[in-house]
Amino acid sequence: MRDHIQFYLGDQHYRLSDITPETTVLDWLREACHRTGTKEGCNEGDCGACTVLVVRLENNQLTWKAVNACIQFLWMLDGTQLFTVEDLRSPDGALHPVQQAMVDLHGSQCGFCTPGFVMSMVAYSKKAEASAKETDINDALAGNLCRCTGYAPIVKAMKQALLAPHDKFEQEQSKIITRLTALQNADMAEINTPHGSISLPRTADELASAYQNAPNATLVAGATDVGLWVTKRLQTLPHVISVSGAQDLKKIEHRPDGLWIGAATPYAEAQKDIATLFPDAGEVIRRIGSAQVRNVGTVCGNIGNGSPIGDGPPLFIAAGATLHLRRGETRRTLPLENYFLAYGQQDRQEGEFIEGILIPYPEPNLRYRAYKVSKRFDQDISAILGVFAFTMDGNGVITKARIAFGGMAATPKRASATEAALVGKRWDEHALIAAREAIQVDFAPLSDMRGSEWYRRTVAANLLTRCFAETTKMPQQPETRLAGWKEDVHG
Amino acid sequence: MGEAVKMQISPADADVKPFENRGTPSDPAIVEGGASTSLKHESARMHVSGEATYIDDMPEPRGLVHVVPGLSTKAHARILSLDLDAVRAAPGVICVLTHKDVPGHNQVSPVGKNDEPLLAEDIVSYYGQPIFIVIADDRQNARKAAQLARITYEELPAILTIAQAREAGSALVWRPLEMKRGNVDTALSKAPKRLNGSITIGGQEHFYLEGQAALAQPGEEGEMRVWSSTQHPTETQHMVAHVLDRPSNLVTVEIRRMGGGFGGKETQANTPACLAALAANVTGRAAKMRLDRDDDMIMTGKRHDFVVDYDVGFDETGHILAVDMVLAARCGWSADLSGPVIDRALFHADNAYFYPDVRFRSEPLKTNTQSNTAYRGFGGPQGIVAAERVIEEIAFATGLDPLDVRLRNTYGTGSRDITPYHMTVEDSIASEIMTQLAENCDYRARRHALRASNTHSPYIRRGIALTPVKFGISFTATHYNQAGALVHIYTDGSVQVNHGGTEMGQGLHTKMVQIAMREFGLTEDRVRITATTTGKVPNTSATAASSGADLNGMAVLDAISKIKQRLVCFAAEHWEVAEGDVHFLPEGVQVGEALVSFPALVKAAYFARVSLSSNGFYKTPKISWNPDTGRGRPFYYFAYGAACAEVAIDLLTGETRIERVDILHDAGQSLNPAIDIGQIEGGFIQGAGWLTMEELVWDKAGHLRTHAPSTYKIPACSDRPRIFNVSLLEAAPNREATIFRSKAVGEPPFVHGVAVLQAISDALASLNNYTLCPQLDTPATPECILRTAERLRALPVP
Repeated sequence: MRDHIQFYLGDQHYRLSDITPETTVLDWLREACHRTGTKEGCNEGDCGACTVLVVRLENNQLTWKAVNACIQFLWMLDGTQLFTVEDLRSPDGALHPVQQAMVDLHGSQCGFCTPGFVMSMVAYSKKAEASAKETDINDALAGNLCRCTGYAPIVKAMKQALLAPHDKFEQEQSKIITRLTALQNADMAEINTPHGSISLPRTADELASAYQNAPNATLVAGATDVGLWVTKRLQTLPHVISVSGAQDLKKIEHRPDGLWIGAATPYAEAQKDIATLFPDAGEVIRRIGSAQVRNVGTVCGNIGNGSPIGDGPPLFIAAGATLHLRRGETRRTLPLENYFLAYGQQDRQEGEFIEGILIPYPEPNLRYRAYKVSKRFDQDISAILGVFAFTMDGNGVITKARIAFGGMAATPKRASATEAALVGKRWDEHALIAAREAIQVDFAPLSDMRGSEWYRRTVAANLLTRCFAETTKMPQQPETRLAGWKEDVHG
Repeated sequence: MGEAVKMQISPADADVKPFENRGTPSDPAIVEGGASTSLKHESARMHVSGEATYIDDMPEPRGLVHVVPGLSTKAHARILSLDLDAVRAAPGVICVLTHKDVPGHNQVSPVGKNDEPLLAEDIVSYYGQPIFIVIADDRQNARKAAQLARITYEELPAILTIAQAREAGSALVWRPLEMKRGNVDTALSKAPKRLNGSITIGGQEHFYLEGQAALAQPGEEGEMRVWSSTQHPTETQHMVAHVLDRPSNLVTVEIRRMGGGFGGKETQANTPACLAALAANVTGRAAKMRLDRDDDMIMTGKRHDFVVDYDVGFDETGHILAVDMVLAARCGWSADLSGPVIDRALFHADNAYFYPDVRFRSEPLKTNTQSNTAYRGFGGPQGIVAAERVIEEIAFATGLDPLDVRLRNTYGTGSRDITPYHMTVEDSIASEIMTQLAENCDYRARRHALRASNTHSPYIRRGIALTPVKFGISFTATHYNQAGALVHIYTDGSVQVNHGGTEMGQGLHTKMVQIAMREFGLTEDRVRITATTTGKVPNTSATAASSGADLNGMAVLDAISKIKQRLVCFAAEHWEVAEGDVHFLPEGVQVGEALVSFPALVKAAYFARVSLSSNGFYKTPKISWNPDTGRGRPFYYFAYGAACAEVAIDLLTGETRIERVDILHDAGQSLNPAIDIGQIEGGFIQGAGWLTMEELVWDKAGHLRTHAPSTYKIPACSDRPRIFNVSLLEAAPNREATIFRSKAVGEPPFVHGVAVLQAISDALASLNNYTLCPQLDTPATPECILRTAERLRALPVP
């Protein structure tokens, strides 16, 4: 058992044992380290001005992840190397290629968002699959807001920076690996201070035991939600237990009965495997939060917090996923939709946590369509998320249907009346009309700042129409989705 | 000594070389990066490396305290009791202050109306009004403590919307304005065609990335030094002085740069600065107030939302004969700058068009909401949105292409050139710009093709529109059109430039550096811009109304010209050449047949006891405006431009995408083409955001529900047009004698977002085979578009 965490900030080693559960990386950087290059724009993970780079050693490889420092807790840095904008210049003072490109192409105006952009851009440039495609660059930068430039020069700078052959971190790679190797520690950390307790289990067993012993503790995986409890609701967290340090929960497995996603797996790591099975789910996940949020926010955390507007649950409910819960040594499994009991209420007992979800492989003839509707295309919370999964027989008769919605009720919810209206019916105009009526029975949505009840009802029905247009053979297949950035006109 | 210097700089010396003619002295080559050429932002290298310092990044003085406001949770109420004991007892709290602790005037109305208490007294007038401040050793402690206040209220009737304000008798925050020419009633009744309608135009949150912030440090004998993220240091200085009840000469306000302003820090920075100064005054310690984003959005004013009612007469060929408009605005609980903002909406309700008979009337309505304030365009964009709706209405009523209606109605030169405020338009180029842009971007063929493809696309429809902007440049309050500067040359030949304008990202400081570079023939590393401070240049105007470079540039030029004149006079005498033979060139100073290095000349002048420092001053000529008569020449000149937008909309969800935008913009002889293009691109996106996804939602209690970026959505990276072409109008120097014949470029391009709104409307019009004006309100959110589509579907298709 350790009583401290260890990490590097730039070249500086830190071994901390007197830290509070609530101290954020951003506040620590700015207040304790006087590193003021990292900015606070919103303190809720939506603007990206606080973006920093967290380097981890995973399977002997370095991973470079942009994260929002404002909603990351300091203790989450255990075993990592953190880089901020101050670390980018070479020892001779030369700018990093990303910085130089931003200068050359007029990528900054007021400059306040710029350090965050630069860090997101460096993180992107470190990705093996980084391309100069504007669609990919858009995804990488969706979590950084700029109010001055209109983004065009920043995207140009990103493309120019990708042409640079080297950056300073390439030369430092072996040094970073050596350092991080030395920091890896199989021991659970337990930090107790008058300000609170932090438990960092390294295995699912340790997590199970820690949580059973302290069921009132707050479980934290990526902190993309819990972070806001601290920064906005000003809550204290007397005891936090980390999920993300449990290495055996941080995995994706192709099991015989489906895709297993462990509780510590961030969206960024699960995205590709999910997209391979369910391309539309991949498209929605691409738009969940931002790169910074998906780098730490977990698939299971998105379920665990029980939000009625989380995008993950409808995607997985429609796919027929099961949720795997554990308390001590006791495990149980339930259909994902049954986890959500009511607003703010889930089927999770005291001391029980999510170990993972299992998403069954799609049947060969499964039609799966997922539609996210929001005011802004990227990095917005859905007004409505509609997911349609169904199979048809050779006569075009629907044999099975699972339809799930987010944003339409107090929980993520299946549209059971709509499903009933469709199963056994030929998927034609009559079935569509019946389904459009049934969906009004399924839901009684609220009006809020994201959309009125009328809008939600109308769009829910219209998404059935879109699904119909996309899954029915027509003489001339109509355009059903805004092209957005799908085709890259700039090459 | 003079002799000695003369000997040192004989032609053999490295500092003096023979002059090689590289151009005629009347047209000297401009030093690379000098004004009228592109130069990178002066802070770019600091921005990208995190070294650019904003208020909250400054090293904190010893003993600094943090200030957090306690806000009203009622839109309109009488405070019955204010129990702050729990706040005072909270950990880390040093003290809690209310209006009773203000030593001077508890007022921050920027227009002297005394209708805006710094801290609420017995009445709260909006949800989010500061009632008290907590001063604590730590910001988080202060934030937590502020939650502990126990306040009881007696609720009073709250007026939240324009409709409610009208129902309740239309209380105003400012005198209404009427502009008229001719007899609009007669002209309307005689017009062959006439229609009327109404448009609702939403407001907008500034969303400067750096929230409001101020740091105040007390000094000797009542001195107060304030670092404030303000666009208007002089006003902030005056506010702090009168809140603390002391003369202005004890208060110094300084700002190196803001992390965005957009008008949101023209007056809204005063409250945080005054509250920080109040805390510093009471505690005797430095005090900082940096607002949390949510508090910032809930507390501070925004762009005004409007309802514009229009009545227009025209003929079958689309010529406008008469326009009558009433422009009603939600101003919020106090006047702030609403008067001049709403006035400017009227000044732009003609956009680029001549209205033979016209009447515009304003209704600056008082409501129990945030006090709406300056925002890029200052009411002008709202007036232009209304003008373009009128054009659209006429186009659908006549079956003409809206572009043709526009081209037929633009101001002429020599005739059809009088505005509703009786100013003669001398420089109308809107038609030329629109025509050139339409050709460049193939508007007509694309419009034809889109309409054809829409007929067999049931769900996705596309639209296109090309709209102009004509934007009046000058503060309409004539006295604001003045500026000062202070330029020093040090004896090593390095130059320091100070001026009254503030840097908020727009590149003003870069342009000022460029003026000095060009005038002295110096490279960028020889010219240093410093923070804006009331101690160096006093009595300045806000950096606003796009006027920063126009006003301060001329003041900087004036200061430089004075020093140059002294140097020329000295050099001519010293080297015995005619004054006309002394020229400041990139390679050095040409003195007759010799080339003297700038530092050598400066040093020699210093030894000859020539002053190397000067202030500068400028006031805009030709302008005047009388709101009582509705007549004058409020604007020195107009800036023009046009934008063509193509969009796709989804009829199932109302979502939109901007597919292509082409802009041709008039920056005169641009001071810095790269920076100006940045202003145009960024302005366009901000304007498009305002009219599409940016929606402010208040609940019935008057609580702003969109108070953070999680709920208020400004455009993100993928919202920029997929194809985006921006050009500056070439060979178009300003006809007026502005700084190097440039034109102001801050606000006018914001208006280009209107093309997106009109393109969405064009796409919606396909639902009725282009026979009905969709009358699309703003913001055109997916829901607004879907509602409009449903309304149009319910109408008969001819």
